[in-house]
Amino acid sequence: MSKKVLMKGNEAMCLAAIMAGCKAYFGYPITPQNEIPEYMSQHMEESGGVFIQAESEIAAINMVYGAAAGGVRAMTSSSSPGIALKQEGISYLVGSDLPCVIVSVSRGGPGLGGILPSQADYFQSTRGGGNGDYYIPVYAPSSVQESVDLTIKSFEIADKYRTPVMVLVDGLLGQMMEPVEIKDYKPTLIEKPWATNGDSGRRKRNIVNSLSLNAEGLEETNLRRFEKYKEILKTEEMVENHVKDGDEMAIVAYGTPSRIVLNAIDILAEQGIKAGLIRPVTLWPFPYSTFANLPSSVKNILVCELSMGQMIEDVRQGVQGKHPIHFYGRTGGVIFSPEEIAKKAAEVAKGGA
Amino acid sequence: MTTKIIFSGFGGQGILTLGQIVATIAMKKGHHVTWMPSYGAEMRGGTANCAVVISDKLIGSPLVDTNIDALCAMNDASVTKFLSKVKPGGNAFINSSIVTESPKRDDITIREIDATNIATKVGNPKVANMVMLSGFLKDTDLFTMEDIEGALHDTFGQKYPKLIPLNIEAIKAGA
Amino acid sequence: MSKVVYEKSRGLTDVPMFYCPGCTHGIIHKLVAETLVELDVLEKTIAIAPVGCSVLAYEYFNCDCIQASHGRAPAVASGLKRTNPDKIVFTYQGDGDLAAIGTSEIVHSAHRGDNVTVIFVNNAIYGMTGGQMAPTTLTDMKTSTSPFGRGTASSGIPIKVSEMLSQLPSVAYIERVSTHDVAHVRAAKKAIKKAFTYQMEGRGFTMVELLSSCNIGYGVSPVESLSFIKDAMIPYYPLGIYKDVS
Repeated sequence: MSKKVLMKGNEAMCLAAIMAGCKAYFGYPITPQNEIPEYMSQHMEESGGVFIQAESEIAAINMVYGAAAGGVRAMTSSSSPGIALKQEGISYLVGSDLPCVIVSVSRGGPGLGGILPSQADYFQSTRGGGNGDYYIPVYAPSSVQESVDLTIKSFEIADKYRTPVMVLVDGLLGQMMEPVEIKDYKPTLIEKPWATNGDSGRRKRNIVNSLSLNAEGLEETNLRRFEKYKEILKTEEMVENHVKDGDEMAIVAYGTPSRIVLNAIDILAEQGIKAGLIRPVTLWPFPYSTFANLPSSVKNILVCELSMGQMIEDVRQGVQGKHPIHFYGRTGGVIFSPEEIAKKAAEVAKGGA
Repeated sequence: MTTKIIFSGFGGQGILTLGQIVATIAMKKGHHVTWMPSYGAEMRGGTANCAVVISDKLIGSPLVDTNIDALCAMNDASVTKFLSKVKPGGNAFINSSIVTESPKRDDITIREIDATNIATKVGNPKVANMVMLSGFLKDTDLFTMEDIEGALHDTFGQKYPKLIPLNIEAIKAGA
Repeated sequence: MSKVVYEKSRGLTDVPMFYCPGCTHGIIHKLVAETLVELDVLEKTIAIAPVGCSVLAYEYFNCDCIQASHGRAPAVASGLKRTNPDKIVFTYQGDGDLAAIGTSEIVHSAHRGDNVTVIFVNNAIYGMTGGQMAPTTLTDMKTSTSPFGRGTASSGIPIKVSEMLSQLPSVAYIERVSTHDVAHVRAAKKAIKKAFTYQMEGRGFTMVELLSSCNIGYGVSPVESLSFIKDAMIPYYPLGIYKDVS
């Protein structure tokens, strides 16, 4: 059984979270993600979960820390400056190997910035602002349907690897409505024998902790965590690669801007320029190998981001100098049009940019 | 085939809901569709607008800036902002109860609809948004009256079933 | 024939404590541990340790434990208790953790009336980091960051947490007690027991503020540091019940 409904990205991710068995949501209002706490305040209780509007993003992520430590599927959400505040908590969640899902609906920055769509938080998401040696998986959906599918997946991945997982969208996807097919889904909840849920009468007591005053001990913990990362890198990478043999250009974009690129590619086709889209779906792990094995027909790579260029560093690392890389971006909440991208791409194709 | 529509007016005129009803119709007819509101400072001020893109293939950008196929404008600011962006051969539906100036463009089809007055006569000025749909019925083949009724049931059916007859009456009064 | 007249509470582990000789944390740990055993809730309790001297509390309390980031223990407690409402949850926090970096979290946990217990250890100084000034450091008191004595012009007048939080309508119980002599330690135990009993009864936010000492931080002997509680702290931080919904 499935049904098709028209839903906003922000609300669809909430519905997905509840379907995935999320039993605790903690958040703080910030535009453009307010539909998330609003939806959760309305629906968490009826689904047997807990909603608290926290006093700050810092408190919200620490409530997630508490709920996740207790063994339930927990989620928080915010937008750029709010995600910045959560970084301490994210580092602690990683350090304590706790699973959770963080939805980031990004807007223009730095500082208070603006409230319009932006992708300037690529570094914040994939490199993190918290302290210590760590990564977290980051999913970047480009449609409302995909944000449902990837939110559900995020809860599974979080539990499987005992790690925070981020779903990164821009304000555009958060606010946009699209038809979504809601399929029947029953979450597979795994045992969490490590949870500090106050059941020590029935087992050895559990400790959730990121402190390790012994250097060798901490090194060992970190090495073990990186073994887990190796597995994630090997198995969890997702990318959509439309570049065909004969295409002279690969255009790289993630999230909703990748859809604007699709329109630009249509315009380019009318001009006789063959280009294909590469859309990383996981930003960490980043699909480096895709860029190492492009068809020989590809003469140029154009990276398009709603930022001054952040993902381009990962593209560079993947391309390893084999193809020239160009960039087109708008920042601060300005969204590029397909025409702008097509113009830039045409210049690149002519060797002019 | 891709159709780009802008719905625009004062906050409170039911602009976003109108866009959602049209998007729901498109979805039910099996099309790809996106609905994108303008959000931000504008929401708190005077105007609200949303873009609906309907297509038989995967929709790229949900944003509509130029080449508007159909404009539904419910106040003067909306006409000023969007009329010039309607593509030649396109449609503009203007709420003439509120828009003071007579819009001028020769290369598009302009239909003035006395929406707010008609809605008031039907019983509630708030359904002026629905009266605007009558323009689409007359000048486009995007959907039929039956399609609208189906979408209304989807949108209001559960929470506000009582609103449906009033809305239908409003659309018919405009036609 | 011999009989056992005293034994360590099974609410504590056998891990040797890391606290300095003369510190009152050990006493407070014991009071909490004994209470949890006496109320028969140890096996369903989760302790939340702060950052500060008691950061390693998770090593000592013989129950499930979480170590929280600096000041955030009440938020962690909130998330945990709301999703495990039938369990007993307490935070153990010092004055730097609770009354400086964590003021927002403690105020809002109290404001929400979270059904948790806060064990607030106030020794008027940052012990772990080497004796710096805390928001609770007494006026004119010398510390490593108030070498000329705490000046109220630059640092304000010491914060009275129990008085402040007792103003919040959702709070069920707040009492300030002391650890400087046996009679007061016994009274402290009663307060702790009452707080946990209230939590078991679902009455809402409970906190016990324990005036404590740091002989190392003060640069005095353990005995002198206990006298400091009695002679300097209690006059400024009066003992007593600040809120009790019963």
